[in-house]
Amino acid sequence: MTAKPRLDKAHARRLLAQMIRIRAFEERCAELYTQQKIRGFLHLYTGEEANAVGIMEALSPQDSVVATYREHGHALARGIAMGPLMAEMYGKANGTSLGRGGSMHVFDRATRFCGGNAIVGGGLPLAVGLALAEKMQKRPGVVVCLFGEGAVAEGEFHESLNLAAVWKLPVLFVCENNLYAMGSAIERTESETDIHRKAESYRIESHQVDGMDVVAVEAATRTAVDRMRAGAGPQFLECKTYRFRAHSMFDAQLYRDKAEVERWKERDPIKRFGEWTVACGLLHESDVRALEKEAAAEVEAAVAFAEQGAWEPVADLGRYVLMDKVPA
Amino acid sequence: MSPATVKTTYREAVKQAIREALNRDPRTFVMGEDVGRYGGCYAVTKGLLQEFGEERIRDTPLSEAAFVGAGIGAAMAGMRPIVEIMTVNFSLLALDQIVNNAATIPHMSGGQFAVPVVIRMATGAGRQLAAQHSHSLEGWYAHIPGLKVLVPATLEDARGMLWSALQDPNPVLIFEHVNLYNMEGDLAADAGAVPIEGAAVRRAGRDLSIITYGASLHKSLAAADQLATQGIEAEVIDLRCLRPLDDATIMASVGRTRRVLIVDEGWRSGGISAEIGVRIAEQAFYDLDAPPMRLCGAEVPIPYPKHLEDAAVPQVDTIRDAVMSLVRPQGRPA
Repeated sequence: MTAKPRLDKAHARRLLAQMIRIRAFEERCAELYTQQKIRGFLHLYTGEEANAVGIMEALSPQDSVVATYREHGHALARGIAMGPLMAEMYGKANGTSLGRGGSMHVFDRATRFCGGNAIVGGGLPLAVGLALAEKMQKRPGVVVCLFGEGAVAEGEFHESLNLAAVWKLPVLFVCENNLYAMGSAIERTESETDIHRKAESYRIESHQVDGMDVVAVEAATRTAVDRMRAGAGPQFLECKTYRFRAHSMFDAQLYRDKAEVERWKERDPIKRFGEWTVACGLLHESDVRALEKEAAAEVEAAVAFAEQGAWEPVADLGRYVLMDKVPA
Repeated sequence: MSPATVKTTYREAVKQAIREALNRDPRTFVMGEDVGRYGGCYAVTKGLLQEFGEERIRDTPLSEAAFVGAGIGAAMAGMRPIVEIMTVNFSLLALDQIVNNAATIPHMSGGQFAVPVVIRMATGAGRQLAAQHSHSLEGWYAHIPGLKVLVPATLEDARGMLWSALQDPNPVLIFEHVNLYNMEGDLAADAGAVPIEGAAVRRAGRDLSIITYGASLHKSLAAADQLATQGIEAEVIDLRCLRPLDDATIMASVGRTRRVLIVDEGWRSGGISAEIGVRIAEQAFYDLDAPPMRLCGAEVPIPYPKHLEDAAVPQVDTIRDAVMSLVRPQGRPA
């Protein structure tokens, strides 16, 4: 469907480094959750890293991102610094959203990261509106809207795809299909399990991609972004992926076999891409180890940043319920 | 000499406000169901498509969640959308976007994103449209922190609230009562923006305060005129804005008159009238000579036949009777 990008050493290293950072961040979050440093719902991205990294690699700073509640990976890959992201997990005032949103509601104006949306399907109309603003203001930005296959059952999915198609808006709808909407397997909840065909029915250019292959995801995203910048209107990408961990930290995973999880782990996007880069001589084994070490150090620095953060004063509880101006 | 006035209608006043906004601010556009070619369900936007074109007068599919959400997203990205929802009942299809997104994102994002969207919709009973087009749910929206809720009842407010709402950095909902669109009157030729906070005393009186908004304002004023012939002087307060409520104007009036009747087309249980009543009890209890009284919509889905629809919402005579019972309780001489 699309040409593979030419991977030089720096590019390969960047992709691998981002995936390793996300994995390290998420695994540390799991520990911090058991230590009760992180509370509430925590949805980890482990196993799905290739999607966020491949997609964000293909975007420019002018583009906007609407993400889900499983968005730590999206945020890191988009360029949000790990310290404020970890502080947000803690609920500290030096977090991305002053700690008010927590794990599910990361926002960052500087990178046009518009949440962290925890109503399944609720982010799609926002993405349509962001794209409408780009088009009406004749700006070149595109919008990437991420959601899981669970969102496909929501009315907002269908309304948004249709509206974006009717108005030819530059939205890339990305369905990260990890096969389970919380604990509900796709074949138990969808009459048509071939998700990307639903987008085709709205006459949106639509493709499936191996979401465990970062290069394939990047290539597919680049193609879609190029089409949108050329005025082709909305695009759709279904990334076939899998989460290695539970839905959230409260999930006993009664709905899936351990064997199934193990089968998918054989396709671990980090292991697979790391081994491939070494095998074809782009990176050396020692480069991979160095990236792991760097990521571990970055995570510890982020934890320290979060630990040192202050709590927002209770006196500020009502601040920004109503804004006194539109941020510049 | 009073300034020049023009004869106009509430509908024309709203349209003129939209026209002014489109002329003054290139970030402004209108979107909603049948706002363009059809001219608007209540003809508010009739002719604007020809004047401003399809880019700025956008007919949408019947997808309330998508186009209201799109208004919210466009507002976050620098536009100033005016979203029209045909009727308040249909806004429930977009409740997720209004409550979970528009009202939360500024606070939840730590102030990084504002949502300066304006959402207009028709509300209320009186057109024999039955139970899925006639409810008064503005009080529900007034429950939600992060929203501003406007209820223009006069030509001045119909003409002037929109521009102020568009200047506000927050999501503003404007509820236009269906029975007001044909209301005629004189409007200053140079009428323009009005403040979108604060209630207004529409009629001064010493004997009791009628607190109301929307179409019930005019019924209350008519009732007050009838009562005046019997020597009862009612003060009539037009709330104008249900969120935030103007406690100061309410309490000042109640402090003067010592009796209060709240008139609301919305249902009594859990309604905005309950909120106002408790605020009065909290803040002006010792000023009162009688318990606060409410006259609300009957607790039924609004029915179609005219006699039942009329019976389901406050009317001039029921307002008048409620005032009488408050001012001259049975068994007590006048």
